[in-house]
Amino acid sequence: MLEILLDATVRAGTPILFATLGAIINERAGIINLGIEGLMLIGALAGFSGTYLSGSLLVGVLAAFCATFAAGSIHAFITVQLRGNQIVSGLALTMFGIGITALFGKEMVGQTIVGFKRLAIPGFSQIPIIGRAFFNQDLLIYFSFLLVFLIWFFFYRTRWGLGVRSVGENPAAADTCGFSVSKYRFLAVSTGSGLVGIGGAYLSLASTPMWIENMSAGRGWIAVALVIFAGWSSPKAMLGAYLFGGITAMQLRFQAMGTTVSAHILQMLPYFFTILVLVISTLRLQKGASQQPEGLGLPYDREDRK
Amino acid sequence: MTDFLHIKNIRKTFPGVVALDDVSFSVARAEIHTLLGENGAGKSTLMNVLTGLYHPDRGEISIAGERVHFTSPRDSLAYGIGMVHQHFMLVPAHSVFENILLALENVPNFFNRKKYQEKIQNLIDEFDLDLDLDTPVWKLSIGAQQWIELIKLLMRDCQLLILDEPTAVLTPQEADRLFAVLRRLKEQGKSIIFISHKMREVMEISDRVTILKKGCSLETLNRGDFDESRLASLMIGQDKIPQWQKTLQMSDQVVLDIQGLSVRNERGLSDLDNFNLSLKKGEILGIAGVAGNGQKALAEVLTGLKNTNQGRIMAGDKDITNSNARYSYIAGIAHIPEDRKTIGIAPDMSIDDNLIMKSFKSGLFRNWIFQNKRAIRRNAAEKIAQFAIKTGPDGTPVRYLSGGNIQKVIIARELSEHPAVLVALYPTRGLDIGSAEYVHKVIADGAHRGMSTILIAEDLDELLKLSDRIAVMFRGKLIGYVDPRKTTREEIGLMMSGETPGATT
Repeated sequence: MLEILLDATVRAGTPILFATLGAIINERAGIINLGIEGLMLIGALAGFSGTYLSGSLLVGVLAAFCATFAAGSIHAFITVQLRGNQIVSGLALTMFGIGITALFGKEMVGQTIVGFKRLAIPGFSQIPIIGRAFFNQDLLIYFSFLLVFLIWFFFYRTRWGLGVRSVGENPAAADTCGFSVSKYRFLAVSTGSGLVGIGGAYLSLASTPMWIENMSAGRGWIAVALVIFAGWSSPKAMLGAYLFGGITAMQLRFQAMGTTVSAHILQMLPYFFTILVLVISTLRLQKGASQQPEGLGLPYDREDRK
Repeated sequence: MTDFLHIKNIRKTFPGVVALDDVSFSVARAEIHTLLGENGAGKSTLMNVLTGLYHPDRGEISIAGERVHFTSPRDSLAYGIGMVHQHFMLVPAHSVFENILLALENVPNFFNRKKYQEKIQNLIDEFDLDLDLDTPVWKLSIGAQQWIELIKLLMRDCQLLILDEPTAVLTPQEADRLFAVLRRLKEQGKSIIFISHKMREVMEISDRVTILKKGCSLETLNRGDFDESRLASLMIGQDKIPQWQKTLQMSDQVVLDIQGLSVRNERGLSDLDNFNLSLKKGEILGIAGVAGNGQKALAEVLTGLKNTNQGRIMAGDKDITNSNARYSYIAGIAHIPEDRKTIGIAPDMSIDDNLIMKSFKSGLFRNWIFQNKRAIRRNAAEKIAQFAIKTGPDGTPVRYLSGGNIQKVIIARELSEHPAVLVALYPTRGLDIGSAEYVHKVIADGAHRGMSTILIAEDLDELLKLSDRIAVMFRGKLIGYVDPRKTTREEIGLMMSGETPGATT
């Protein structure tokens, strides 16, 4: 029982994990991206179409990454190059994602592909309770484990990572040290968006291997909230994403068991929890445990006179 | 002497402002060259041009005889030009190590942490500094943060070091230490541009001095050709300086008594820690201390912007710590804030409106619920004449005024209701000498009328000249009082670094 629930938790949490990691890379560089929801949809459709047309899952994942990398570049261009309002641009990107995937997704509705299959890691998958959840999963989930570590390593052990964090904290400091603020911010937004796209592709290539209009169903917004919960750290993002995965898995379980509680109430739980998490993490922020990049949301203009 | 840097006819304008008009000067190798000028003369703008942050509209920059064009700080760094900015270019959330590493060139993407830590530690040891590499920068004092900025430049082996008012955040003793380091760097053949408006320092350290005025370079003087009065007269020129006289008005009546006050900031650290202070009627009480030792929190508590965690504030025999009485009392306290553009004024509103912000509810300026525009205008015209505010056409937003005139608007508004207490934070920061003297005059005149002033300033000379008593703060505590007529800069300096004095007033 616990084994199955844990397994469902990881599977439900993975798309949110990818999206949260992507959003963290955006925000670490100082750019708020509220286009996550739209990017997930673009990733889901691009991933599905790529696989449907080529027959290869790898091509699908790459297509998802490239499509959202490009879509994210629009946000990067507006917010970094033109120094536009990050909130408005991000919301527009979400609207754009919902609209364009509905338009181009029509032909993909009802089509089928063969999605990602489980791949047991010999030995490890036999570990009681956690074996099935963590070592008998598909390749994208293994990739997400690796990614959590890689992003942490990137931020804290490489010069590029230091550069990204610095342009997010104090762009003027990075600039006077010879770092190109716009280059770092642009690439962080695009690449982060690409990861969000893989999260979307997980939905259409692994969770339910098909394309359904608006299939991200608010997961992008949950990711936006999780970034704050995770304190902009990738290992904590994993914890947060699985927490939400767990709630989703549990409410599905309750429904299957046939409780008397209305299904609508149960489906509301993850979103209700999002609000709760935001309240708690905001209170924590006010108590001084702030991890928020200081330059978050602020455009950088070198010649701005303060 | 060979010239390392040569600047010719630099001009830089911002929308509506000519920041630099025509500046030429040169800096030799192994020279400490001081740029002297009043605030607004264009010193910082010029340095931002030199470090590639601003693009000049015209003019030439040459380095070691080669004509150069900087399009970013990267370019100027490549030519060995580095700067310690007045507002530090540090990432507060990052460790000392990460901040310094950020500044290094040719660090591979996958760097060897140990190797670089050792390299940086060696330099720190060479200059005998007390810096722990793993401490986050926000935990450090402002003085220590400045050393990090200097180390960043030294690690890059910069040939020209620019220091923009470096001593503003140091005690006199720390400043001496900085000068010793600068002389040592000079002996190593490095060029240094030193920016300051403190005559004493300029006299002490400069090989040559270039005077900037209103965006133009007036003259370059060699050591021996200048003394304090000559520099001052060149810098100020024909500007009129208001005259005022200080008289001893102080009575023994205590108007404000602070006992055991503690205030914590958003990071959970103590800004004020068991702080005591008493203010007498008609007194100008100077507060000395290195920036960041709790002065701001003190002003914020007194003016109601911050709540206390512990302690008592007494006004006469009334406890006003956290009661309703506090707010009516605070309404009677005049406040000259540190950051005049963000909390001192509403920048986009006119002078007329800014001047009545404290008294708009009074019957004088309204008819029932409507503004009495005529009375408001009359009030503004009076104040503009009385305080000699230079302004544009009626209705000009205050943001277009110069710093000195904005300060006059604030003072005119704050003093219009004849307050019993004035809390002034760095009231002359960024002002030209004429305006600064004007502010001094207003404060001294207020004391004649029995107004008590808490004057928080970073310039010891200003405090010594104006105050009846000086209280010294360190890490949120009161170290002691000194009598400005009897004390020495050294004594205050030691107290500013936390040493308890032998004698108090």
